[in-house]
Amino acid sequence: MDTHDSDVARPVLEGPDIARVLTRIAHEIVERAKGADDVVLLGIPTRGVFLAQRLAAKLEEITGRKIPVGSLDITMYRDDLRMHPPRALARTEIPGDGIDGRLVVLVDDVLFSGRTIRAALDALNDIGRPRAVQLAVLVDRGHRELPIRADYVGKNLPTSLRETVKVQLAEEDGRDAVLLGAKPTAPAGER
Amino acid sequence: MMRHLISAADLTRDDAVLILDTAEEMARVADRPIKKLPTLRGRTVVNLFFEDSTRTRISFEAAEKRLSADVINFTAKGSSVSKGESLKDTAQTLEAMGVDAVVIRHGASGAPYTLANSGWIDAAVINAGDGTHQHPTQALLDAFTMRRRLVGRDAGLGQDLAGKRVTVVGDILHSRVARSNVDLLHTLGADVTLVAPPTLVPVGVEHWPCEVSYDLDRVLPKSDAVMMLRVQRERMNAAFFPTEREYSRRYGLDGERMARMPEHAIVMHPGPMVRGMEITAEVADSDRCTVVEQVANGVSIRMAVLYLLLGGNEPAVTHTRPATERPAHTAFPDEEK
Repeated sequence: MDTHDSDVARPVLEGPDIARVLTRIAHEIVERAKGADDVVLLGIPTRGVFLAQRLAAKLEEITGRKIPVGSLDITMYRDDLRMHPPRALARTEIPGDGIDGRLVVLVDDVLFSGRTIRAALDALNDIGRPRAVQLAVLVDRGHRELPIRADYVGKNLPTSLRETVKVQLAEEDGRDAVLLGAKPTAPAGER
Repeated sequence: MMRHLISAADLTRDDAVLILDTAEEMARVADRPIKKLPTLRGRTVVNLFFEDSTRTRISFEAAEKRLSADVINFTAKGSSVSKGESLKDTAQTLEAMGVDAVVIRHGASGAPYTLANSGWIDAAVINAGDGTHQHPTQALLDAFTMRRRLVGRDAGLGQDLAGKRVTVVGDILHSRVARSNVDLLHTLGADVTLVAPPTLVPVGVEHWPCEVSYDLDRVLPKSDAVMMLRVQRERMNAAFFPTEREYSRRYGLDGERMARMPEHAIVMHPGPMVRGMEITAEVADSDRCTVVEQVANGVSIRMAVLYLLLGGNEPAVTHTRPATERPAHTAFPDEEK
């Protein structure tokens, strides 16, 4: 999450776009998972959790079944812990039936360096053994630092490192938008 | 910035709430099949215990191991301390081994402060109980237990203990648990009442942020939590009360007294309990008694403290007091400085 809100931030996705994108991703999940029987959605805090909940609601509409949804906090697994003061922890909530033998779809707002997802894969390792792990993101802004790619992408957004991408969701920010801004100082920090 | 945990009085309200919130997440690790986090990988923590302890040492050790730290246990018995080595030399030995944190329990009040501020070592110092001075992680785990029981696990997140009435009963004079709890509970907004025979109330208690009473039965109906303390015979060199029977009749908690407490009120004890003295078996085994819960919560709290002090490049817990200033209540001789 690039938190530096610039004054020239330009919306790339607005509320209705985000809703459409999530509907499309939900259909893609059902298609790829052949009915989404064993899908467990795990959102990465903060905004990934809200996206996972919205995706679960859409999946329930499509399949008519209850889709387990939870959250996975990756703070303790970050590779840059030693570079910052300790961060406050967010909630990890694994659905009751666990993740063993299931298809886990990780959900996050922005895919950037890929380091968050690496940490999430490590965290999953300590929780159970999924049948497979897939990744859904609202925005892929490029600049990967690890060999990681998303299975479901809301919008590919080619950016320069000078730019910031900020996702706003109604649950947290009061409105839905993806904002592209310019960072006046150094290149965007690691995710 | 200070990066030690020496006294519960050093914590601000926000620091304390952050530690409690972090502990709430740490507690969830205990429910997992693999109870381990990689967070302190490659960091070395020494448990430096100059005084006997089972639960505190084991609790710290469990917390350190769950965070993947390398743990070295040191007890004064069977070490070079019994041959006459000073705290300074022990500390410098540890420093030479590249230790990142020292968890210290010492019989002398102020020993952890000396260790942290002497310049002997660079490591973070965590006080695991010093003499009759402080035991900050005990106060934190007690506050955590109260918040969980009286406010709620999820409802408590971000909250303090404002307006909760806590009664601490027993050997206040010799109790570092009581001192730490008074400091921390006051910071968290709770109202503390100390109950003890006059001989077991310390001099200067009128300057503590709490009330004092000599009548347990008057205070019980107005308590949300009642903390029973053990009478510390090993620190007593005089007669503080006529007989144990008289003490336990006036200041012990039995089933009849417990029934006078409000329905939601809990009974706490830092352990070890002396059944029949300050607490009867009936009370100790009732589901209002949180002794076992407190032990489990102790691991979560210590994980939180270790993470917040050692997990990043600088501690997340700030201190209100500058490191150079020596507080009045840690009066102790300058050791070989």
